[in-house]
Amino acid sequence: MQFSLGPLQYCWDKPAVEAFYQAAANSHIPLIYLGETVCSKRRKLRFGDYLALAQMLRDAGKSVVISTLALVESRSEITELKKQLENGEFLVEANDMGTVALASQLQLPFVCGPSINNYNLTSLNKLASWGMQRFVMPVDLSKQWLSTITEQQPQFEIEVLGYGYLPLAHSARCFTARHHGLNKDNCETICANYQRGLLSQTLEHQPLLRLNGIQTQSAACMDLRDEIPQMEQLGVDWFRVSPDSIASVAFTDALMQGERSLSQHQLTCNGYWYDAAGMSQV
Amino acid sequence: MELLCPAGNMASLKAAINAGADAIYLGIKDNTNARSFAGLNFTPDTLKQAAAIVKRAGKKMYLTINTFPQTGQEQRWYDAINAAADYQADALIMADISLLDYASQRHPQLPLHLSVQASVTNAAALNFFQQEFGIRRAVLPRVLSLKQIRDLAKDTSVELEVFAFGSLCIMAEGRCQLSSYVTGESPNRGGSCSPAKHVRWHEANGERLTRLNEVLVDKTGVEENIGYPVICKGRYLADGAEQPEFILESPTSLSTLELLPELARSGVGSLKIEGRQRSPAYVSQVTKVWRQAIDTYLHAPEQYQSRAIWQQVLTKVSEGQATTAGAYQRSWQ
Repeated sequence: MQFSLGPLQYCWDKPAVEAFYQAAANSHIPLIYLGETVCSKRRKLRFGDYLALAQMLRDAGKSVVISTLALVESRSEITELKKQLENGEFLVEANDMGTVALASQLQLPFVCGPSINNYNLTSLNKLASWGMQRFVMPVDLSKQWLSTITEQQPQFEIEVLGYGYLPLAHSARCFTARHHGLNKDNCETICANYQRGLLSQTLEHQPLLRLNGIQTQSAACMDLRDEIPQMEQLGVDWFRVSPDSIASVAFTDALMQGERSLSQHQLTCNGYWYDAAGMSQV
Repeated sequence: MELLCPAGNMASLKAAINAGADAIYLGIKDNTNARSFAGLNFTPDTLKQAAAIVKRAGKKMYLTINTFPQTGQEQRWYDAINAAADYQADALIMADISLLDYASQRHPQLPLHLSVQASVTNAAALNFFQQEFGIRRAVLPRVLSLKQIRDLAKDTSVELEVFAFGSLCIMAEGRCQLSSYVTGESPNRGGSCSPAKHVRWHEANGERLTRLNEVLVDKTGVEENIGYPVICKGRYLADGAEQPEFILESPTSLSTLELLPELARSGVGSLKIEGRQRSPAYVSQVTKVWRQAIDTYLHAPEQYQSRAIWQQVLTKVSEGQATTAGAYQRSWQ
């Protein structure tokens, strides 16, 4: 099993994003995803900027995948997606069925990202017939579920989100803007104020959610590092770290060297892997 | 424009027909649909009766098979699809790719509607599902604005169905893990959103604490009118804030009475009433209001105005006794 770095999900300023991918270029991480997956109103980096970063990473010897929006709602987003798919070089991670459809029509291979809802091998084989080369398991699925897929030895690669905050939902509404009394159309890109999203707690101060624009994430960090031997046994190809700071690069690098004791976050969860409530620590 | 109403049992089915529904949607009593509550839905026998009643009334019946089977468990879903073909359901409402594939090959004459659980919000995906599986209609997630629906109708020949009234999902349906994050159960996995068995109310010192699997979702006065507890309508504290807020959405229902003309002009073919888990009285009251609204509109489209009495009836049966037009209006987003 190898290790990958998932796309940055937060709205960072361009210099911070560039510094992050420069660090990634200097790391040992072989597979790197990048691109805007949450909101098309975030424009601190344009597609051309991402493409330049992708080329820089490629020149550093990395496999690079362009990640795309999880919720595709408008004509302009479709136009942008076509541009991303037709980049001429890099594989694309589809996070919406619209992107799968476009990739299939253009006869381009794709990675099926974690926010597309797939729950059985028959559906996955259909996706493979449309061009899926790699399948990133939806976050709510378990080891037991995965074993029903891997025991059939499918033709596509399998990637599991193993470390990071979980993307739980996407809405038309921007929750960060709402918290500031704004709405999506006049959001002032207020989500850029929150480098790791806006933490929300219950009235008993139990951390619950993390607001990231139109995306809702878990407050707890999913940590499946102890499951790495199981994943290797199952035949998982890639263990994904979902980054939330530049330190995530060194963290992943260390993980690749077998260092599993580094602690990035206090509050962790692993419930989904055991078919339990996602927020629980089994 | 079709009025499509929910039936969680035979009494609701009859209530919907009597109140003027054009079509009814229902599910089988197992985990093949996303409203798998105890005491709800139809057995093979009652489904057969339901089909006969709907047919006699000259209405349409759509069978909801919109959960996702796990590998090795497909047979139950296949059985449901085959039963629908036997009872001559007027359409199947489905989300899973493998099931759409199965139904389109086995029963090519059976119309397929793409369930909201498939989470399809753009023309590229809609037209692809049409090309691959011949879907006739799609139920749109409650995340699109009116303008986006208008654009969509121009960019596809798939018929569009939208939610007109009922509980408001504020996330792209079919891809929301808030319920499973807290409870381990979700609609996709054959359960339901925020299952009742995980809900606890505790009253003490004039306060009511509402919990979902021990997670505090809201704290209110005991007299306060509260909605059914779901994570997206809970009251929380943002980091650094002192004041609790409904950080995602407050308890409210979706209502589009005011938007009826715009929905009709947008090319929407069917208006869906949410609520298979609600009572026959709810189905009856809501269906009557919408029947009158649609008839009023069709009689004189230019003069249509939503009536106060309709709104009063709907507000009474709404979450938190409040309604919103949700994502259809950009300002909500």
